[in-house]
Amino acid sequence: MTIAFPKPDQAVLARRREIIEGLGRLVASEALIVSEDERRAFETDGLTAYRQMPLAVVLPSTTQEVSAIMRFCHDHGVKVVPRGAGTSLCGGAIPQEDAIVLGVAKMNRVLDVSFEGRTARVQAGITNLGISQAVAYEGFFYAPDPSSQLACTIAGNIAMNSGGAHCLKYGVTTNNLLGVTLVMLDGTVVEIGGEHLDAAGYDILGLVCGSEGQLGVVTEAVVRILRAAEGARPALFGFEKAEDAGACVAAIIGAGIIPVALEYMDKPAIQICEAFAHAGYPLDVEAMLIVEVEGSDQEIDDMLRRIVAIAEPFKPKTMKVSQSEAESAAIWKGRKSAFGATGRVADYICMDGTIPTGQLPYVLKRIDEIVKSYGLGVANVFHAGDGNLHPLVMFNTNVPGEMEKAEKAGEDILKLCVEVGGCLTGEHGVGIEKRDLMTYQFNPVDLEQQMRVRGVFDPGWLLNPAKVFPLEGRFAA
Amino acid sequence: MTVHTPRDEQDASIIIRDAADKGTLLNVAGNGTKAPMGRPNQTDASISSAAMSGITLYEPAELVISAKSGTPVLEVMRVLAVKGQELPFEPMDYRSILGTRGDPTIGAIAAMNISGPRRIMAGAARDSLIGARFVNGRGEVVKSGGRVMKNVTGLDLVKLMAGSWGTLGFLTEVTFKVLPKPERMATLVIRGLDDNQAIEALSMALGSPFDVTGAAHLPDRDRRGGSTLIRLEGFRVSVDYRMNELKRLLKRFRFMDILEGVGAEALWQSVRDATILTDQSQRAIWRVSTAPTKGPDVAAHVAQALDAQWFYDWGGGLVWISTPVDGDAGASVLREATRTHGGHATLVRAPAEVRSALDVFEPQSDALMTLTRGIKASFDPAGILNPGRMYAGV
Ligand SMILES: Cc1cc2nc3c(=O)[nH]c(=O)nc-3n(C[C@H](O)[C@H](O)[C@H](O)COP(=O)(O)OP(=O)(O)OC[C@H]3O[C@@H](n4cnc5c(N)ncnc54)[C@H](O)[C@@H]3O)c2cc1C
Ligand SMILES: Cc1cc2nc3c(=O)[nH]c(=O)nc-3n(C[C@H](O)[C@H](O)[C@H](O)COP(=O)(O)OP(=O)(O)OC[C@H]3O[C@@H](n4cnc5c(N)ncnc54)[C@H](O)[C@@H]3O)c2cc1C
Repeated sequence: MTIAFPKPDQAVLARRREIIEGLGRLVASEALIVSEDERRAFETDGLTAYRQMPLAVVLPSTTQEVSAIMRFCHDHGVKVVPRGAGTSLCGGAIPQEDAIVLGVAKMNRVLDVSFEGRTARVQAGITNLGISQAVAYEGFFYAPDPSSQLACTIAGNIAMNSGGAHCLKYGVTTNNLLGVTLVMLDGTVVEIGGEHLDAAGYDILGLVCGSEGQLGVVTEAVVRILRAAEGARPALFGFEKAEDAGACVAAIIGAGIIPVALEYMDKPAIQICEAFAHAGYPLDVEAMLIVEVEGSDQEIDDMLRRIVAIAEPFKPKTMKVSQSEAESAAIWKGRKSAFGATGRVADYICMDGTIPTGQLPYVLKRIDEIVKSYGLGVANVFHAGDGNLHPLVMFNTNVPGEMEKAEKAGEDILKLCVEVGGCLTGEHGVGIEKRDLMTYQFNPVDLEQQMRVRGVFDPGWLLNPAKVFPLEGRFAA
Repeated sequence: MTVHTPRDEQDASIIIRDAADKGTLLNVAGNGTKAPMGRPNQTDASISSAAMSGITLYEPAELVISAKSGTPVLEVMRVLAVKGQELPFEPMDYRSILGTRGDPTIGAIAAMNISGPRRIMAGAARDSLIGARFVNGRGEVVKSGGRVMKNVTGLDLVKLMAGSWGTLGFLTEVTFKVLPKPERMATLVIRGLDDNQAIEALSMALGSPFDVTGAAHLPDRDRRGGSTLIRLEGFRVSVDYRMNELKRLLKRFRFMDILEGVGAEALWQSVRDATILTDQSQRAIWRVSTAPTKGPDVAAHVAQALDAQWFYDWGGGLVWISTPVDGDAGASVLREATRTHGGHATLVRAPAEVRSALDVFEPQSDALMTLTRGIKASFDPAGILNPGRMYAGV
């Protein structure tokens, strides 16, 4: 437990009653949560080791309500932590004692779909999968697919610029977002972008995407929807050495093939996921690739033939093409439940650095050494096409000191990612988890420029202020 | 007028810091091929990336390339082509319609967020730009993003730099994600459709699972009927298959041909560069970005009031419209059209007197304008970088 929260503002805590009364005048009583029991459901997110009880929780139903709440908090100097489904893995949605949580989960409707224009306008609290389900009857889907897609909201996806297993072909959230309705802290409602492809003027939409709830509250979004491919089929390749798997990835891309997904798992991850999903993963290999291609049967056959020919020189011990829908589903179930399955065998923290893919073998070797030096274990799953790693550092909470060791190991791994030319986070965000490591990736001038931009939206640091930027050296304008 | 051509970012930093101290207004340029675009601005000196050239990193297996901002785009494309790769967003070359010469730079591609017909599949420059180094208006060297394509660390200032037209900082180095060049390209051409039929055909194609990478409609100009173009790219087997399926899907539009090879490439280049409109060299050119279903409405709206000609780069979500240069070059009509049907219009070509008398870029809402001014001040508090190039006072 090494990450600090800023000290709560006693003056705000002292005014809690008054603040709750004020909020009560803005929303229906069932939208305002004040009891300790009910607030507890909001005290953490996917980074469960850290908890903070918020002052109150409001769950508005309309953009107008969000605007009124924001205006109130602005006028009364109350901090606001926006929240979707609370699945953030970096502590992005963890509250503060002197802050209210503003949750958009009740705003979960699809407002408009245009299949001719290939866009959907939705309220921000809709789940990621909810969008795909709403357009599936015409064979369409929303492309970015985080493993948490059943639960996480488009609001959270926008705030984190979330990715997924299929973003090698389809891109991440920012590439699939056309517009948002953003409520600023002073209550101003700003429409950014719309149904057309490029927004006019500065790319404020691109800035809001990935801003981790620090610039405003997103209440609606226009996203691109795409017609789904005719079919998709994954294949498994097992290798004796991590180097061979890495070289195989480079060779596939070098041959001009961009599979729709290219996922890597190491031996511990394979074993954990196989025990959970019974996907037929090879248990006797050091590294496994899931390569998925899309199209008609004919196109898929052609592409897989090419990929198999490219893989052969790297002497895979296993090469297995999925033969049925059920088998494909099992292969993906194993991968997509990697975090959950790991959680059944150990406590873990999930790191999210990205590295240049050429550094893969070196980085995997170093991760192993780092984790061992703390006496812990690690399972590696990651998006191999783009170098986004997810080392799961495993520990036992009941052993005193192990969690701190895991945090230290995670920190060393992220520093390593930056050292080899990569970054601290590929898709989970900075939140509180990587906040104090920002100085490894950015110098003070870089950070000051970011903070100056932040200051344009929230000069008083009231919006999700404990996150992203190191607590030292902050300023607004 | 002094033209500064810094050799590196330290040089650029000294020049800009000095300009900020003295309040010298700087024109920010690459090689100036797009100089006749945007609002004409009054500056005291110029800073150009012309002396900062060279590819600094290229890893084909990682799909990434970095170059100093003054590197000619053609040089970047040539180096990528050697490894069978390309800039995915198919950047437009503005020289033909603007009548400029010289080498467009990679920095300007980023600064203007340029894109092309492949927009629909591959996005614009902003979608491929993964890292940038720049000198802000205070003379500070700032970096954002990096060389890996998955990166959500901190605020995404790279996106702000893309499309800021040199008003926020002087780019010194840019890093792009690249993609393999497709093995084969084939274009389905449907003839004789009017705008509404054409947009219907294009929407059907774009809504199919066949991965269309270009969609355009060139209306009837010689009374032989318009041409509606749908492009497929990829591996041979796959393009063959998808082309057959596409023909089946669109069979009710009868007159269809398949176009391949240099002829097809030239055709797409004329869509990309909007040269379809350049025979009318004395006319103004507008670029309208609007929702896919609204294009014909925008065009009809403008045609009702003005002697207009147009075509649709539908993969880019664009209607290119040429209008007479008299008066406001059609600005009030175009603005009314975008207000009614959504989207935004940019005046790409017009004489300087016309451009200085009106809004070249779509005026924004008050709330967005407030943010725009705030962002400008956060990068360039003295307002010395390309003042007024995008909006008055920015
Ligand atoms: C098992 C599991 C698997 C995961 N897999 C992936 C994965 O594959 N890829 C991936 O990218 N992520 C993954 N995640 C991380 C997480 O799901 C994403 O970050 C997700 O986008 C968070 O969405 P949420 O609705 O839960 O947001 P929350 O956790 O509630 O909030 C996340 C951030 O968004 C901000 N926010 C929320 N709502 C708003 C709003 N309306 N306006 C402005 N800001 C707002 C919050 O303040 C916070 O900073 C995974 C998480 C889990 C638990
Ligand atoms: C010595 C010399 C002689 C020339 N002679 C001619 C001539 O005879 N005829 C002719 O037509 N042209 C001439 N030119 C102009 C020139 O050859 C081309 O027009 C030019 O190379 C193309 O410019 P560009 O594509 O880099 O974009 P530009 O037009 O320079 O820039 C487009 C936009 O991007 C911005 N931008 C560009 N680079 C950056 C950056 N690094 N950071 C931030 N913003 C940036 C600009 O501010 C602008 O808003 C001459 C140029 C030089 C240096």
